[in-house]
Amino acid sequence: MSEILLKATALGKQYGGLRAVSGVSIDVHRDEVHAVIGPNGAGKSTLINLLSGDVCVTCGAVMMGENDITALAPNRRAMAGVGRSYQKTTIFQNATVFENVRLAAQAHGGRPLRLFGAASRDGNVNARAEAAIEAAGLTHCFDTVARFMSHGEQRQLEIAMVLATEPRVILLDEPLAGMGHAEAQRMIALIRGLKDGRAVLLVEHDMDAVFALADRLTVMADGQTIASGSPEYVRSHPAVRAAYLGHDHAAAEGEAA
Amino acid sequence: MAHVSKLWRRGAFALVIAMAIALPIFAPTYYVQFAAKAMLMGMLALSLNLVVGYGGLVSLCHAAFFGLAGYVLGLMTPESAGASMWLSLPAAVLVAGAAAAVIGALSLRTRGIYFIMVTLAFGEMLFYLFHDTKIGGGSDGLYIYVKPQLAIGGATLLDLENNHAFYYLALALLAGATLLVRELVRSPFGRALCAARDNERRALSLGFPVFRVRLTAFVISGMIAGLAGYLSAAQFGFVAPQMLGWHLSATVLVMVVLGGVGTVLGPIVGAFALIGLEEALKASFEHWKLIKGLIIVALVFLAPGGIQQLAALSRAAPVERKGPPAAPQSTEALSNV
Amino acid sequence: MDAITFAVQLLNGVQYGLVLFLVASGLTLVFGILGVINLAHGAFYMLGAYFAYWISRYTGNFGLALVGGVAMAFAIGLALEQIFVKRLYGRDHLAQVLLSFGLILVIDEVRQILFGKDVHSVAAPTWLQGSIRLTDVLSYPVYRLALCAICLVLAAAIFYVIQRTKLGMVIRAGAENRDMTRALGIPFDVVNKYVFAGGIALAALGGILVSPISTVFPGMGDGMLIISFVVVVLGGIGSVAGAAIGALMIGLTDTFGKVFFPQISSILIYVLMAGVLLWRPNGLLGRKES
Repeated sequence: MSEILLKATALGKQYGGLRAVSGVSIDVHRDEVHAVIGPNGAGKSTLINLLSGDVCVTCGAVMMGENDITALAPNRRAMAGVGRSYQKTTIFQNATVFENVRLAAQAHGGRPLRLFGAASRDGNVNARAEAAIEAAGLTHCFDTVARFMSHGEQRQLEIAMVLATEPRVILLDEPLAGMGHAEAQRMIALIRGLKDGRAVLLVEHDMDAVFALADRLTVMADGQTIASGSPEYVRSHPAVRAAYLGHDHAAAEGEAA
Repeated sequence: MAHVSKLWRRGAFALVIAMAIALPIFAPTYYVQFAAKAMLMGMLALSLNLVVGYGGLVSLCHAAFFGLAGYVLGLMTPESAGASMWLSLPAAVLVAGAAAAVIGALSLRTRGIYFIMVTLAFGEMLFYLFHDTKIGGGSDGLYIYVKPQLAIGGATLLDLENNHAFYYLALALLAGATLLVRELVRSPFGRALCAARDNERRALSLGFPVFRVRLTAFVISGMIAGLAGYLSAAQFGFVAPQMLGWHLSATVLVMVVLGGVGTVLGPIVGAFALIGLEEALKASFEHWKLIKGLIIVALVFLAPGGIQQLAALSRAAPVERKGPPAAPQSTEALSNV
Repeated sequence: MDAITFAVQLLNGVQYGLVLFLVASGLTLVFGILGVINLAHGAFYMLGAYFAYWISRYTGNFGLALVGGVAMAFAIGLALEQIFVKRLYGRDHLAQVLLSFGLILVIDEVRQILFGKDVHSVAAPTWLQGSIRLTDVLSYPVYRLALCAICLVLAAAIFYVIQRTKLGMVIRAGAENRDMTRALGIPFDVVNKYVFAGGIALAALGGILVSPISTVFPGMGDGMLIISFVVVVLGGIGSVAGAAIGALMIGLTDTFGKVFFPQISSILIYVLMAGVLLWRPNGLLGRKES
């Protein structure tokens, strides 16, 4: 079994009286895609936000290898090697593809906040940005302003930005949402490539994509884990079939057809 | 086309610089003093724009940094001699920077409307500090009878009592401050500042320490505002609490918007435009403030892009955006967990 | 300080706090529901006092001044919302700051044209003039007591509207989550209009009520604006209960600060604000921004 890069133990998040997430433990392994599925309101997005630091935990711990990152702010977690995409596309709409990715690369360059010298002339940062753009398959729209791109390309851009931060763990929050079939196929291929040397946590509604990509699955409902294991194990888990998969899987297949 | 317009712009810019250098040779003293005053306001607007335009932080306390530095000069000036500029200038700038660090550290914990209110309140705190206590002569202010001295070993380098000398000092320091801001906004730091302005969440998740970036910008901006305030106090030979008041902060904000938010030179143009306008209105109308107020209201609705937008309109060239329209954001409804 | 003096100061502090609450509650509602920052709020406080001076000078009737002044401020508020403010709901705060700064200059200058820049005083109604003797040297003006009573009644009315009426429900929902209320199909144009005008009327009302115990002068709005901001920052944007707590804290801090630390009394409230910002950046009862 490959090394565990990100380990969350008994995570909990409470909003007033509402338990959005409670007692969720999850291991994300290197070279694997770990998918988290569950019905709407199951707490999947909250889980990602807890792992990335966008939301503070009420209880539990998040470990990155040997380091406890539970108390770190999102920017510190990013520096520790956690990269993420958002459910709603979160890019710099008025900047070009290159500038978006260059910013991401800059944050992880040698002196990210240098006060003097033009930012655009840092050869190392530029080279890493170019490599990330190429890896995300966006070489053809290098100089396009982000808001003029199609939805699918904007999501690819988000992946390119994550890649440029050179993460060891990547958290993807519904990367396929709102995509057409062809766009989705391209994104699936892209995500499959991401796990090489990294650990990927994927929250996704598209069951075909999930079963095409996942090496490991966790099913959530009402803020809790109801099953976790290999795709085969989860697929045949009675509680999962009852609670969620049977109905939704059929619906997903219906949509794809 | 683009190449020609760039040449034009460079030519116009060189002409303005040449005129600024030549002004004292042909213009009467009044205009030289007026231009120096406008340049110092331009420097204040330049500093404010670093946080408002590039940082997206609407600060209403920059007059406090401006006035505070003026008071430092006033307090360091002996009764019948000039203060040493070698000591008083760095002291004034450092005090302004320290105030910006404290106020910034507190107010940058907040966002949006809160930030505006908190900066306004802290700015007024400094106003009342000088207005209600005897530190700086209370509400009467302080006179600076002798301008600061710039000398080495007893030999005067620059006699600031001379209007032309003062003008050139202000011009040189404005040029220096402008180059500094230009360098900052092009640097990785400046890009990070803009990223935090455009999308704070994303800037954080990319790994940028947003609070630290903003605080650094706020302190640098406060120090430039302090430099402008020091020179203004030296020019007028007088400091009063009104120099720290929020009406000045708001007026400088108008200059920034008038000249163009988020451009390096815009605020300086805006400062000249607004001060020139004020002079013209004062000379012609008794109730000129009414007209000034109406012009500000009109600016908000008719030309939120400032003078540049007016200039673009007058060229009547249709400003078309290239590329297809933005993709519909239809995913929000689908993807809510 | 003996017990009577202490009680008098306490009463002064509470009375100042109550007036602050009136003015600041208008401000916090406009912030919370409209998402608009209105720097001209203090200018309407000043304008209210001048209206009171003007009406009572010609009629000699303070009651008429009170009703007339509030009505005029409300009407101006409605007009401003329709002409200017509603165009700014989607715009950034910078535009709102500039618009309200422009309005301050216009209002100040119009006041100058109409009423001049002299300092005036307004007579309290005859039946509220005079003082209650407390000791040989101390007495307390009846009007100040009446002012406390009026403010308490108004505060109760504001809380009743917000907690118990349908309009109040919309207002609370709006302060809680503006987008959601919008999505629920509430007629926001109407609510916005009346909330803005109501906020301005509250500012003017504050100015009118204090006019018999303070002087009416051009700069009175500026100081009130800043202190109202501090109250809102303390209490949390959009929270009327927070405004009440903040206003009383400021009223007492300011009053007792002047007694105990006269040198630095004007700084104390900002120290208080700094402390609250360190502890709770969104104010005592403010909602946390997402």
